[in-house]
Amino acid sequence: MLRSLTFYILIAQRLGIAAVTLVIVSFAVFFATELLPGDVAQVLLGQAATDEAVAGLRQAMGLDQPAIWRFLGWMGGLATGDFGMSYVSNMPVAELIADRLANSLRLAAVTTAISVPLALALGIGAAMWQGSLFDRIVSILTISVISVPEFMVATLAVLVFAVWLGWLPALSYGAETGSIGAMLKAYAMPVITLGFVVSAQMIRMTRAAVIETINTPYVEMALLKGASRRRMVLGHALPNALGPIANAVALSLSYLVGGVIIVETIFNYPGVAKLMVDAVSTRDLPLIQSCAMIFCVSYLLLITIADLTAILSNPRLRR
Amino acid sequence: MISVLRTSPRPGGTGPSWRFNWVGRIGLAMILFWAVVAIFAPMIAPYPIGEIADWDYFGPMSGQFWLGSDYLGRDVLSRILVGSRYTVGISLAAVFAACAGGVILGMVAAVMGGLFDTLLSRLLDAFNGIPSLLFGLVVVAAVGSSIPVLVLTLAAIYLPGAYRFARALSVNVNAMDFVTVARARGERTPYLIFREIFPNILGPVLADLGVRFVFIVLLLSGLSFLGLGVQPPNADWGALVRENIEGLSLGAPAVIFPCIAIATLTISVNMFIDNLPKKIRDRSE
Repeated sequence: MLRSLTFYILIAQRLGIAAVTLVIVSFAVFFATELLPGDVAQVLLGQAATDEAVAGLRQAMGLDQPAIWRFLGWMGGLATGDFGMSYVSNMPVAELIADRLANSLRLAAVTTAISVPLALALGIGAAMWQGSLFDRIVSILTISVISVPEFMVATLAVLVFAVWLGWLPALSYGAETGSIGAMLKAYAMPVITLGFVVSAQMIRMTRAAVIETINTPYVEMALLKGASRRRMVLGHALPNALGPIANAVALSLSYLVGGVIIVETIFNYPGVAKLMVDAVSTRDLPLIQSCAMIFCVSYLLLITIADLTAILSNPRLRR
Repeated sequence: MISVLRTSPRPGGTGPSWRFNWVGRIGLAMILFWAVVAIFAPMIAPYPIGEIADWDYFGPMSGQFWLGSDYLGRDVLSRILVGSRYTVGISLAAVFAACAGGVILGMVAAVMGGLFDTLLSRLLDAFNGIPSLLFGLVVVAAVGSSIPVLVLTLAAIYLPGAYRFARALSVNVNAMDFVTVARARGERTPYLIFREIFPNILGPVLADLGVRFVFIVLLLSGLSFLGLGVQPPNADWGALVRENIEGLSLGAPAVIFPCIAIATLTISVNMFIDNLPKKIRDRSE
């Protein structure tokens, strides 16, 4: 009884931390973009604008109100799905984002579907044959991918698959997604790049999680009683490593958030990240804020899921 | 540097030697190489940095232009050599700022404990909940990009991590007898922090500094690649890749070599850190 209570307390605590973090994050995003640049109305109207025109626009945009009220209004808007109006295109931000978000989510989903099984297989395999040639090759590859920037992985992928092998188009994202072949080609390069970045993390963490379980006495016992290496890892070590592995998967997927920004830019993929990078160059603040919040929320979500799986999979807290 | 590291910390002591294996030595050699390049770049560079030296753009590697020419016909080797000053310089400044701030706050939090510790830890954990590249994007969107802004932003992004690491180490040291004795003597917080705790967490903190340096180089390159880092006409390695990305479909050396420069720096720092003597590295947790 007491145990289940600590269990619920831990979960509630984690969710509470996530909620507090979300508030602090939105606070940071709002004030970083809203307070620092000075006068938005002035920027929008340009240097030639009269003081009256600037004052009029400020009033129309509600900029003459205290920042804290605007922050609360903005938070309320986000909660009800009203993301505000884009300064540059004068369209509702929600409308601009809707299609783009679907594109980004599709990219993330395809990458996840491919990289998770691959990374788990390689990570568990590397742990099973620890110290072998296979393990060493996998280790060197993953360390190399982790040590270089995402855009370099993308650059190398383009060099190999487009320039040298000539299988895929280089940097263009074709709008023609009519046939399956064309769609595959459009997705291939971004998915390959993101897949490499995310899998590298996942493989390392999975391998570490399995090896940690292999080093426990009861797995050694399995070895001593004569079980094969495969049986020892898959039958004895793996079930207890599942919690840390699930944690590793969620944590690695949070690398998607950073990776997707680079990948969408380099491949001209029409997703939220591309929208945001473009918004940064036009200083379209409502759009930047909304995109930033989308990224922060998904990042926070993945990190929280990672922590929750770690709590849920702890057998001492079950019962 | 090597000779300093090899000397035993205590004269006559019989502790484990401070020798590196060969992987660590290669890493150290590469780090020293880039340090020397960054210091003497303007003297080594064969061409002035902005000079359009070649009539051809995206020229191949040749005797005249060792690493080819870029999209305006400038010498890529010179631009990479001078670019190292921005990449290495900004990253070093940022990593020292991040670690100095994080380690001092972490030690103070561990020594003081209580409400200060709880609040600070919660607040900095919340900042960890913002993806780093995104944080950079938002700040640059707000205040515009310049080198001081980049250094401060990168330092702010990696301060929470340094804090968390140093605090975890300090909490352990803080529980030891000699700290209790010092406290019983009536020593004040600054003395406890700098004389009792700091010397005992220095090794792992330095290793952590190296790891964080790699993260900062990667993030800075990413920002520059998006056009939000170092601004033209100056260029760090990430900005060099961005400038020349059109040459990618031609397989131009102008886009490949800045990438290789970044990779050699980050991989060699990782190699060096991974092969530090256990004595320095593994005192954490």
